[in-house]
Amino acid sequence: MSFPDSLPASAYTRTAIGLHWLIALALVGTFGLGIYMHELPLSPQKLKLYSWHKWAGVSIFLFVILRLVWRLGHRPPALPAGMPRWQARLAEGTHHLLYLLMFAVPVSGWLMSSAKGFQTVWFGVLPLPDLLQKDSELGDLLQQVHMLLNFSMAGLVLAHAGAAIKHHLIDRDDVLTRMLPFLAHRGAKQ
Amino acid sequence: MRTTLSSLALIASLLTAAPAHAVEYTQFQAAKSSLSFVYKQMNLPVDGQFKSFRAKIAFDPAQPAATKAEFEIDLASIDAGSKDANDEVAGKAWFNTKQFPVAKFVTSSVKPLGNNRYEVAGKMSIKGKTLDLATPVTVTQQGNSASFDGSLVLKRADYAIGDGIWADFGTVANEIQIKFRLVASSK
Repeated sequence: MSFPDSLPASAYTRTAIGLHWLIALALVGTFGLGIYMHELPLSPQKLKLYSWHKWAGVSIFLFVILRLVWRLGHRPPALPAGMPRWQARLAEGTHHLLYLLMFAVPVSGWLMSSAKGFQTVWFGVLPLPDLLQKDSELGDLLQQVHMLLNFSMAGLVLAHAGAAIKHHLIDRDDVLTRMLPFLAHRGAKQ
Repeated sequence: MRTTLSSLALIASLLTAAPAHAVEYTQFQAAKSSLSFVYKQMNLPVDGQFKSFRAKIAFDPAQPAATKAEFEIDLASIDAGSKDANDEVAGKAWFNTKQFPVAKFVTSSVKPLGNNRYEVAGKMSIKGKTLDLATPVTVTQQGNSASFDGSLVLKRADYAIGDGIWADFGTVANEIQIKFRLVASSK
C-alpha cells in the first residue's frame, strides 16, 4: 500500500471518522448476527436473517472500498511523538491487517454462499455472480475459512479498541479522541 | 424422376414397416429420466431434484388416447439444495415422508395437441391430497425409446407442502417450477 508523500494531517477528516464508525458498527452487528443465526434451526426467520447478513456484508464491502479510496487520498494524522517504535509498527501492522480482513471477510462469505449453492442478491435486487460452482465440500471448507477470518478480525478489533483505550486512559494522548471528537469536547468542558 | 421414385420407395417401406413394427413404449428407463424443480427462496431460484421415482408407461403413438401411465416419486429422495433443506422438507410441515413416503400421478386422459405434443391429465396425490393436474407433454421418439418431456407449475399450498411457519410465501414462494423427462423404450 502506498500513500501520497504529503505531510500527515493534523486530524482525521469528518468523512474518515464517519466511515470508521459506520463500518465499525456494521461489522459488530453483522458479526453478531452471523454468530446468532448459524445455530438456529431452519425456519423462514433463519432464511431472512441469512439474506440480511449477506446484504450487510456486500454493503460493508462497498463502504470499505469507499473508505480505502478516501484513505489513499487523505493521510491520517501521525501517531503521537515519543511512541515506542515497536508500538508504532504494531499499530501499522494491525491497521493493514484490519483493512485486509475487511475485504477478505465479505469475499469469503460470498464465495462460501456460491459454493453452497445460494446466490447472493444484494437487497434481493442486484445479483452477484456466483464465482464458484456448487460444491458442498468446498462450501463447508469456505465456511471454516469465513469463520476463521471472522474470529481473527474480532481479535484484531478487540486489540485495536483496547489499544485506543489504553492511549486514552494511560498515555493520555489524543489517539482515541481524534477518532471520537465528542470525547475531546466533553473533556474540554469539564 | 429420381426423387419421385425414392419418395415412393420411402412411402412403400413406411407402409409395410409401420404395421409390422407398431411400437409401444412400455419399459421405463430410470437412469435416463429426471425430475427436477426450481423453487424461490427469498426470491432467489434454488435448484432441486428427486433421485428416486418410478413410472409405468404404456404409450402407443398410433393410439395416444389409450395411453396409460402411473408415476411414483419417493419423496425422501429429494435434494432440495442443501442438507439443512433436505432434513427440513422430510418433516411434518413439508412432505411428512414418514406418513406419506410416495407422491403419485395417474393419467386419466391423453389428448394429441399436434407436433408430438399431448395434453396429459390425471390425478396427483401428495401428502394424502389428490387433485386434478393437466400438463402438456412433448414426446420425442429416437431409436427404440421415447422421451416424455414437460414442465409445470405446482402450487405447494394446494397440497399443504410447507405448512405452519412456512405457510407464508414470503420466504419460500408458492409456485414450484417442475421439469420432468421420462424415458421409456419399446420391448
